Amino acid sequence: MAELSAWNELPIGATVQPAGAPRALTGGWRTGEVPAADVSKCVNCLLCWLYCPDSAITLDGEAFTGFDLDYCKGCGICAEVCPADAIAMVAE
Amino acid sequence: MSDLQLLTGGEAVAHAMRQIDPDVVPVYPITPQTPIIQTFAKFVADGKARTEIVNVESEHSAMSASIGAALAGARTMTATSSQGLALMAEVVYIAASMRAPIVMALGNRALSGPINIHCDHSDSMLIRDSGVIQLFAENAQEAYDLTLIAPRLAEHPDVLLPVLVCQDGFTITHSAEPVALLADEAVPAFVRDYFIPHPALDVSRPTTQGPFAMPDYYFEFRRQQAAAIEAATEAFEEVAAEFAFLTGRPYGVIEEYRLDDAARAIVALGSTAGTVKDVVDELRDAGEAVGLLKITSFRPFPAAAVTRALAGVKTVTVLDRADSPGGAPPLRAEVANALYGSGCELDGAVYGLGGRDLHPADIRAVFAGATSSHIGLRGEPCPV
Repeated sequence: MAELSAWNELPIGATVQPAGAPRALTGGWRTGEVPAADVSKCVNCLLCWLYCPDSAITLDGEAFTGFDLDYCKGCGICAEVCPADAIAMVAE
Repeated sequence: MSDLQLLTGGEAVAHAMRQIDPDVVPVYPITPQTPIIQTFAKFVADGKARTEIVNVESEHSAMSASIGAALAGARTMTATSSQGLALMAEVVYIAASMRAPIVMALGNRALSGPINIHCDHSDSMLIRDSGVIQLFAENAQEAYDLTLIAPRLAEHPDVLLPVLVCQDGFTITHSAEPVALLADEAVPAFVRDYFIPHPALDVSRPTTQGPFAMPDYYFEFRRQQAAAIEAATEAFEEVAAEFAFLTGRPYGVIEEYRLDDAARAIVALGSTAGTVKDVVDELRDAGEAVGLLKITSFRPFPAAAVTRALAGVKTVTVLDRADSPGGAPPLRAEVANALYGSGCELDGAVYGLGGRDLHPADIRAVFAGATSSHIGLRGEPCPV
């Protein structure tokens, strides 16, 4: 790295502002499976959106539309919590 | 303005908390801190404070919840002792590194083992290097006053660190003395509204808090934290001056008691300073040149002020109410560092572990030149 900040140039308590989560494309950590949705079964409860530990569930307003795999680590929580069996984990 | 009441140190701190009216108090009971939170919880139940008390399942959780609350934007206080602080220790370091201005009352109690509930300073010394500020009270009045000063110091823009207000378990927490309380309405004006630069619940300015730091940045963040606690010496003097204007009670990071022209001085923390003052008065009346240096701020340790205060004193004896097996006792190590090269003769003794009393006769013996490495210990002392 070229330019590293000195101690007195850093944010207090390592607080990063603005929040940097969208810049971290955690989908790169994924190994194995990805979620696949059968939208005809989806009841739009948004539990997948609520439980996803990153921001891999995409919405149009409040309607489920699918996945942004840049933020999907393949953990499978969305498939686990889906009450309508609309999400399955499949080989990438 | 002031209202004199007969209160224990624990009750006095609970009154300070009632008057500060913090937003959140996550806490777990432990002797000898329990009277603090018990008395405060009653104030809350009676509607005398609006605080959200979070009854957590352990001290580890108490400090974790305190960090969350303080960084979310809520003024947060807690309290603990001994094993509670030991269990909390992991999270205390994180509170300091995340610069969470939490105020904590500590009823100093010996660490196990053997298990013991009485006073020594081993619990404070366990987190000596955690980066939190530690202020030691001599009596119930000081415990009350330092608790009012603490939020201002913790939230000072140059500081932003947890502050512990330490009072000797039982000796102060459970002993009733007359305490002058401020008028309730004077306290909010003194402590002011809670302010931190980046509250986590400010959704218009999202932040990432507590991120990972690799070898390229960890060292810099540690240095930043050290600079913050170093700034607390000056910040304390600034807040204490304002407090003195309000109450007439001056506080400093140290208190020099009859040190002028003293040939021999004792350095001590906490309630022992009160006993030493009585002996100093008695010996001064008898014409002996003796004095006391009380350390109110153990962290940050005001080394420059200590060096100045002890300049010209021939013999300095440091009394430690904690030991460091295999090394120098903590207060003695600090004073030795401050006096290095000054020409003062320095010795010291460990005393009072696990609540053993230190008597005026013991202090007279120190001033008379007794060289005991362990005061009040039966049998042959180990070398210090």
